[in-house]
Amino acid sequence: MIEHLLSMDQLSASDITMILDTAESLLEVTHRPIKKLPTLRGRTVCNLFYEASTRTRISFELAAKRLSADVINFSADSKSSVAKGESFKDTAWTLEAMGVDAIIVRHGASGAPHQLAQWVKASVINAGDGRHEHPTQALLDLFSIRRRFKDFEGLEVAIVGDVLNSRVARSNVKGLLEMGASVTLVGPPTLVPKSAAAWGARIVYDLDEVISDVDICYLLRVQKERQAEQLFPSDREYAACWGLDSMRLRRMKPEALVMHPGPLNRGVEISAEASESDRAIILDQVSNGLAVRMSLLYLMLGGKDEWS
Amino acid sequence: MTKGLPHDHAELAVPSGPAHVMESDEIRRALTRIAHEIVEHNKGARDLCLVGIRTRGAPLAERLATAIASFEGVPVPSGALDVTLYRDDVALKRPRSVEATTVSADVNGVAVVLVDDVLYTGRTIRAALDALLDLGRPRVVRLAVLVDRGHRELPIRADHVGRNLPTSAQEVVSVHLTETDGEDAVMISKLSVGGS
Repeated sequence: MIEHLLSMDQLSASDITMILDTAESLLEVTHRPIKKLPTLRGRTVCNLFYEASTRTRISFELAAKRLSADVINFSADSKSSVAKGESFKDTAWTLEAMGVDAIIVRHGASGAPHQLAQWVKASVINAGDGRHEHPTQALLDLFSIRRRFKDFEGLEVAIVGDVLNSRVARSNVKGLLEMGASVTLVGPPTLVPKSAAAWGARIVYDLDEVISDVDICYLLRVQKERQAEQLFPSDREYAACWGLDSMRLRRMKPEALVMHPGPLNRGVEISAEASESDRAIILDQVSNGLAVRMSLLYLMLGGKDEWS
Repeated sequence: MTKGLPHDHAELAVPSGPAHVMESDEIRRALTRIAHEIVEHNKGARDLCLVGIRTRGAPLAERLATAIASFEGVPVPSGALDVTLYRDDVALKRPRSVEATTVSADVNGVAVVLVDDVLYTGRTIRAALDALLDLGRPRVVRLAVLVDRGHRELPIRADHVGRNLPTSAQEVVSVHLTETDGEDAVMISKLSVGGS
């Protein structure tokens, strides 16, 4: 298995299939009265989060605990050593000295996990770095899609919204294309960079042009925290042009699905009705995330790394 | 950074000249006898559940359940356990993809017969006991195996055995089943020189 998971670029279609197959088997465990496996007994996993997160951190924490690993949570907030001015490198070395086996890292700077991987012997898993990647989100999205559609071949996926600032979009485009799906990026020209064409996806600026053709409408969160300059006039105008509302929801194909990585900005990229419709599998994405992260932790930490 | 997870689980050792020790008729007769022994011991087919250990214990458990159902006239639940994540060598071996555990029957209070193809060190059975107890608390757990080849490393024994096969640790016993390998056969072969 790969030593670190930093980018979806590292995973071939057969790697992804192996991760998803194992996750499929692990879903059964989450329905048992005793939801725990002894697999990672004695291993220590550290969640190192320099940015706010609820679902990703909790999901990783629960996944590690379900596999019997010990979990430490380090949030770089006002109560931590980072507030006293400790550098990223010193924090990494401190964790290394404590003997952690894996570091799940989220950081505002693109490439921070790559840097971390060069400093420590522990396995590094990227849980979101700046505008770069969020590979485990892509894996759980692929898993959620495969559970509904069985096959990626011929699947039309629209990723809608703030592509420019989205690490979720970048990782998902790579994963979806690797698995054989077609991807269309949709959003205002200010949020869909021309350079995105080089990723191998189609670019469309009008959601109404594609909404009736897609199998999956994947809405990205409008990232207000990353939008220093105004890239669209107002929330209302964004919702009118690129939000998934009840009108657009009704125009979708009968079996088409709505996905969102969360947290939702209701009334901006997705209306309340759309987020609560039968098409929306947003909460499935969350529960699937647990199985996918268990699968990944097992495959990366479960055995002896004799082949790398 | 290399791209790729491990995919091939090929045996490191190359067996030379396999000799058949059980043909399909003998396997069928052994399983029929085990099915009768299970029912005799359980005093009927009630409150009985057959649980096969993946990979090849699973089809064996199904065959035994079908056989018991046919001569006792009551359905017998069967299921399959994947014990990969419970193994004591999980940290020593390369991770492999895990298959589903499919035990839909309630194991609480019933007699569970664990089924596997080959009983060797006993470590797989130890893992299976842990996996089974995570699903519930059976009234009693028994063990049925097609082949017992000896060399136990843990205090574990089988209650029902198809064939006791004295082997040396330098030999490889492989069971082929129609469901997984296209034929029914038990074979024994020597590890080739240089194999480990």
